[in-house]
Amino acid sequence: MNTQDQHGRGRRGRTGRRPGRTRLLAAAGAGALLLASGLAAPAASAAQQSGAAGDGHGDKVLTVAVAQSVDSLSPFLAVRLLSTSVSRLMYEYLTNYDPKDAHAVPGLATKWESSPDKLTWTYTIRSNSKWSDGQQATAEDAAWTFNKMMTDPGAATANGSFVTNFAKVTAPSPTQLVIRLKKPQATMTALDVPIVPKHIWEKVQDFSKFNNDKSFPIVGNGPFVLTDYKPDSYVKLKANKDFWRGAPKFDELVFRYYKDQDAAVAALRKGEVSFVAGSPSLTPAQAASLKGEKDIHVNEGPGRRFYALATNPGAQAKDGTKFGDGDPSLLDERVRHALFMAVDRKTIVDKVFQGHAVEGQGYIPPRFSSYYWQPSAGQELAYDPAKAGQLLDQAGYKKNADGKRVGKDGKPLDYRVLCHATDPNDKAVGKYLQEWWGELGIGVTLDCLDNVTDPWLAGKYDLAFDGWSVNPDPDFVLSIHTCAARPQTPKDTGATDNFICDKTYDQLYAQQLAEYDPAKRADLVKRMESRLYDLGYMNVMAYPNAVEAYRTDQIESITTMPSAAGNIYGQDGYWSWWSAVPADSDGSSGGGTSTGVVIGIVAGVVVLGGLAVLFAVRRRATAEDRE
Amino acid sequence: MTAEATPSALGAAVAGPDGSGPGAAGRARPARSGAAYARYVAGKLGGAAVSLLAVLVTSFFLFRLIPGDPVKFMTGGRPVSAEQIAAYRREFGLDLPMWRQFTQYCGKALTGDLGTSYQFHVPVTDKIAEALPNTLLLTGTAFVLYTALGVFLGTRSAWRHGRLGDRLHTGLALTLYSIPSFWLGLLLIIVLSVGAGPVPGLFPTGGMESGGKEGFAYVVDVVHHLVLPVVTLVAVEYGQTLLVTRSALLDEMGGDYLTTARAKGLRDDLVRRRHAVPNAMLPTVTLIFVNLGRTVAGVILVETVFSWPGLGGLFYQALSVPDLPLVQGLFFVFAAAVIVMNTLADLLYPLLDPRVGR
Repeated sequence: MNTQDQHGRGRRGRTGRRPGRTRLLAAAGAGALLLASGLAAPAASAAQQSGAAGDGHGDKVLTVAVAQSVDSLSPFLAVRLLSTSVSRLMYEYLTNYDPKDAHAVPGLATKWESSPDKLTWTYTIRSNSKWSDGQQATAEDAAWTFNKMMTDPGAATANGSFVTNFAKVTAPSPTQLVIRLKKPQATMTALDVPIVPKHIWEKVQDFSKFNNDKSFPIVGNGPFVLTDYKPDSYVKLKANKDFWRGAPKFDELVFRYYKDQDAAVAALRKGEVSFVAGSPSLTPAQAASLKGEKDIHVNEGPGRRFYALATNPGAQAKDGTKFGDGDPSLLDERVRHALFMAVDRKTIVDKVFQGHAVEGQGYIPPRFSSYYWQPSAGQELAYDPAKAGQLLDQAGYKKNADGKRVGKDGKPLDYRVLCHATDPNDKAVGKYLQEWWGELGIGVTLDCLDNVTDPWLAGKYDLAFDGWSVNPDPDFVLSIHTCAARPQTPKDTGATDNFICDKTYDQLYAQQLAEYDPAKRADLVKRMESRLYDLGYMNVMAYPNAVEAYRTDQIESITTMPSAAGNIYGQDGYWSWWSAVPADSDGSSGGGTSTGVVIGIVAGVVVLGGLAVLFAVRRRATAEDRE
Repeated sequence: MTAEATPSALGAAVAGPDGSGPGAAGRARPARSGAAYARYVAGKLGGAAVSLLAVLVTSFFLFRLIPGDPVKFMTGGRPVSAEQIAAYRREFGLDLPMWRQFTQYCGKALTGDLGTSYQFHVPVTDKIAEALPNTLLLTGTAFVLYTALGVFLGTRSAWRHGRLGDRLHTGLALTLYSIPSFWLGLLLIIVLSVGAGPVPGLFPTGGMESGGKEGFAYVVDVVHHLVLPVVTLVAVEYGQTLLVTRSALLDEMGGDYLTTARAKGLRDDLVRRRHAVPNAMLPTVTLIFVNLGRTVAGVILVETVFSWPGLGGLFYQALSVPDLPLVQGLFFVFAAAVIVMNTLADLLYPLLDPRVGR
């Protein structure tokens, strides 16, 4: 036994150590692999980095970090900003928006005209636009696209609202498209519908499930052709060299999905991406940290959203049923104006948005210059707490002994403000409201919820934080304040924003929709904004800016929209990516490669040396144990 | 669990004398425990099946409690008509009464159809199948590494407890264990990916691949993208395994059988490896299987920081709508993974420790 064990010990002792050594070897191997892959990095990414001349073919690649993944690549299903932006790049629309002031300019259609009865629109389709498989893009493709949306509910999923007023769409010739309307509609040069190639899409069986992401490249006629897509990772597009407006300057455009914006900012710093999309905007801290950086330009443009406080006008369905529990005192215009005048919009822009916003006035943000409206001097409800107090006094809400405003029924004014729990701006502005309105003698309770939809649709709020993204054609954001947008019954869901129903506003709305003269229509729209302002149900407090950043050593120039000062990602049109000019320098974080290799090797030596020392120490330890 | 264990123990006691000849207790043991084990296995499998069914049912009702209207979310901020909203409801089946929705869901689920995602317009099973390998690659790699590291360092620490190495390792493990993973991830991105000071940017900032690569180049590319997220996960997770292994082994350290083993003249390494560790493995095995079940659920924070296209991120996207079919499907897959792994662990215990399940 004894000897056996001694022998055994000796034998096992040696074999016993061997696994240890194998482990060590394995560990060293793994470490080496790790380092090797680390070293492969600079070599690989430097190729991509260097002036965005990626793939080693000398191709100029523009990589955009986006904070959103694709929902669908089918233009009939896609609703997310990224996906619709990609649709814009893949397919031509009938019209486009001018980068200067967003007026309609030719797209697939070269010109358009309406009949005297305003019900027939005839578009001339260009003859110099080819699908990427070589076939000619014709009016027949456009007619087929619209007809499909009118007849197949699956194809109407994303953009169905554009064709609800269409009676008939035909293509009498390859260059002529005729759309017959049920009633006049001024938005006919703002049909944001991608026109798809009929010969490809007529093979699709079920439009509600076809995502257009299986066979690449995807046939299109836009400035770029989609060549590759990995869900939740990236979308790759190649320049369409035959694009009728001229080929894009970059050879490849990649939208890379960064779930975390801090990581996206890090990628920009490193040069792994050329651009960080400002949707959502970079935070003030991120913008500030990038501003001092070499070769990085922070672009701040007027945003397309407005940030407002909506007032419950006493929710009512179209069938006349009243519902919800909005405070009746808010039905008094003087009270609404008093609340308006006790909001210091400048402080909100300076303190809450830290300067990254423009003070709010009219309903439509200033970037849409043709529709931008400002109140006249006598009309303006400027910040004036004293006057607000007077208005409340006149309305019969006087301060009691405790300094609270009390109505004739003896009930103090106390408003519930619905706020989005996920939006820090809502909470910050809410605090200010509590202070400002508190001084007036009005109590404010902030209801910050993850889900504001349910109380909102039920009309169970007094005021609510509100905001909409505005399109170049304002029809939709105007329509959500018409009586017709209210739900049919309290049980239904309407398209209304906050249940506003005003005869004057509705009349103007109908007029603008039937007005085909752009200048006259703009005038009507401004009158609507004026009416909305006077009603005092919508207090537009700010227009938040879009803050984004790009590398100037990769992108030399890029068109903003509006071109004087505007945003780059999420434009109405393909201007930014189509116009982007690659920078000549192929330097970027150049030296990184060699230093990277040297430091990698040094690190490797240190790690292996450390392992060796550890091993030696361990061996001595076991030797001691044995004795 | 005790309720299941008791009958099988009883069964073993009853079956024992019948199945084995008198006076052959020693040799009869395998036969007796074989029958007992079969009953034990059947009990566990039955329990797992019931749990799976329960998960299938609860996932339907649980997520109906999430506030928010998927149709409102999906149409939010876009020009939509009331008719379109109604069409959405019809398409999603949300216009039906709850019980009809439930029976439809159950009927489909039993045939393996988990419905169609509202936002991605693809079958939920396809969407999950697409992201599952990515998640398994990340969490699986990390799991193997942190388990190996945790067990290895845990046994070392216990064996030499109180010494400098032990104090260093437990201290470091505890520190890393308490670090928020997203913070560590961001720090690694800033230092090792972007590069700070003399450290060059060695690794990509996010994603799973650069795209456009094939064959070996693709593998290297993915491994390259894998390094930082795996390092983050291993750093944050290995501490748990280390501590559990260490404390389990410490409990065994005073055991008489170890003294006996040493008295036989066995080398210390062998005493540890052959005698102490196997007896201390039970809690660690439990933890390993719990972790294994969790690997499927992904790691939302690490996936987010490194933009990894896995199930965790998908779950987050699904919840924010809420994309009910996708949420339900993912919840079912996550729960099923945990149930399956727990069952496997249950099945493994009796093999590791004959006292379990008798």
